[in-house]
Amino acid sequence: MVSGRRIDLKGHAETVRHRMSSGEFGSFPVVLGLLLIWVIFQSLNSNFLSPRNLSNLSVDIVGTGLIAVGIVFVLLVGEIDLSVGSVSGFGAVMFAVLNVQNGMAEWLAVIVAVLCGTAIGLVHGFFYARVGVPAFVVTLAGLLGWSGLMLYLLGTSGTVNLDDEGLVATLTRHYFGSVAVAYGVAALGTAVYFLASYRDRRHRRATGMPRRSLSEIALRTCVVGVIVFAAAYVLNQFRGLPLALLIFLVVVAGLDLLLRRTPYGRRVYAVGGGAEAARRAGVNIVRVRISVFAVSASMAVVGGLFLASRITSASQTSGTGLLLLNAIAAAVIGGVSLFGGHGTTWSAFLGILVIQSIGSGMALLGIQAAVQFMITGGVLLAAVVVDSLVRQAQKAHGRA
Amino acid sequence: MAVPPLLALRGVTKHFGAVQALADVDLTIRAGEVVALMGDNGAGKSTLVKVIAGVSLADRGVIEWQGEPVHVRRPRDATHLGIATVYQDLALCDNLDVVGNLFLGREIRRIGVLDEVEMERRTRDLLSTLAIRIPNVRVPVAALSGGQRQTVAIARSLLGDPKVVLLDEPTASLGVQQTAQVLDLVERMRDHGLGILLISHNMGDVKAVADLAAVLRLGRNNGFFNVNTTSHEQIIASITGATGDAVTRRGSPPGEAEW
Repeated sequence: MVSGRRIDLKGHAETVRHRMSSGEFGSFPVVLGLLLIWVIFQSLNSNFLSPRNLSNLSVDIVGTGLIAVGIVFVLLVGEIDLSVGSVSGFGAVMFAVLNVQNGMAEWLAVIVAVLCGTAIGLVHGFFYARVGVPAFVVTLAGLLGWSGLMLYLLGTSGTVNLDDEGLVATLTRHYFGSVAVAYGVAALGTAVYFLASYRDRRHRRATGMPRRSLSEIALRTCVVGVIVFAAAYVLNQFRGLPLALLIFLVVVAGLDLLLRRTPYGRRVYAVGGGAEAARRAGVNIVRVRISVFAVSASMAVVGGLFLASRITSASQTSGTGLLLLNAIAAAVIGGVSLFGGHGTTWSAFLGILVIQSIGSGMALLGIQAAVQFMITGGVLLAAVVVDSLVRQAQKAHGRA
Repeated sequence: MAVPPLLALRGVTKHFGAVQALADVDLTIRAGEVVALMGDNGAGKSTLVKVIAGVSLADRGVIEWQGEPVHVRRPRDATHLGIATVYQDLALCDNLDVVGNLFLGREIRRIGVLDEVEMERRTRDLLSTLAIRIPNVRVPVAALSGGQRQTVAIARSLLGDPKVVLLDEPTASLGVQQTAQVLDLVERMRDHGLGILLISHNMGDVKAVADLAAVLRLGRNNGFFNVNTTSHEQIIASITGATGDAVTRRGSPPGEAEW
């Protein structure tokens, strides 16, 4: 029995080591990079880590972050969606036109806009998975086509202003002023994490399988607790927990569960890791491929609504500019492999935090956009290089 | 009265256009028996495996399952009968762990959510029944050696409790030690009463684990041999189809060269 446990320990060490090198623990370099960025900017400008700046940062990441979360699904099957910028702009304009110009109820307009996004994704997915057109080309056509449709919808009115007091405007404007909310959410998150780990351990012990030790669970829970309570503390110093951040976190956690704890998610990873193997195992890979594009485009619209909410308007510039590139870069910087099969929705969260931190820090320092682009580009390149190196190492390792 | 064989093929014939891939091929697999299917490239081995696995349909001929004629039109039909196939390229998802690969497409769920604990438990049970040693069933299969990957692929085929397992060149890309691992596994599967069809080029493997060798040549049966009582040379001669040709006359068993 003792030797058995020793083997398990060794096995565990091996899992950790392997995950570190295979991108499963791809968050380690990002977290390190993020801390580095924060330390540098804080040393250059002491306002960077101020509650006000961090609180604004936490709302600024939401729009692009939600889009990046959708892109994670597409990247996981080893494909790319270039249309998310246009689709997010289209969704925002669709909402604005329905609600403001045609007087549709806000909640209904939101649902219609998101469903339009889903339909757009299904169309992309159909052409890619059924017809066999490369996703790059399909979504490039989408990039042009949907922004064209957006301009058509706007017609002569270049900008549609949203209702300042409306539902969508509230999304990024509302803060839970009571300190209890932020701490309550932090406590709830920590408790859920602990209970999930503990129940898993009990279940494993009941069936006599290797499990995490109680001390490891306690340690992990402590780390999670310290992070979320620190975040809650900082947010409470300014205006409390932003509604937008809460929604973002719930979406990221929910989709993470979908990807990692359900048969559907398992199949998404399987298609990314070996489409032929997945097909032979009975996975309907066409359906999986179509579905990820549907998720991506739906999330693009949701993200677009948050971006519109931030400026309480939808206009010809919605979804343009660097939005698409930032969303893809966020997912990749966070550790999602461009080659498919590796990464989680939390990668998108970490990635967008890195990108937005750079942007925010540069803005504080009054550095021009030109430099900001170059630095973000450098970070992206570094992330992709890490991904490629890991992949090569893995190949050499796997074939040995 | 003898027990009918698990699987019997009679007069299986298959054309691809004008090319005759299989002509009147017979084959019998019994429980607890390893049959080696041998033949030169293009002899029809792969076509025959596809016919049994339901991937392609025979033009003529009868497939009998435990004495009863059956129709195998789709891969699913073969699976339902209890025929599992492990293809040469393994078809594993590199990024998934051993448990994930074993249960891909037939995940165990509890209230819609993956029951990882139960899947891991069954994986461990299966692996220990077959004495397969994988240090950790939670590492991605990309991290396993070629032999371990092969055993994972075979283990996956055993999850559905098949009676006959088709192994397509399971040792083709393995080193000596890993080959031994896989051959050990084949023997244990036989000891559990499975019928095994082992497609192989390698005389050494065949000599080591097979009971019978069925040789195909140009799509036809070219002899059944009891591996234990037949010499390398006879089987090789049957594969090449030329008794007394240059190969046999040189006197050295060419099969050895493949080691």
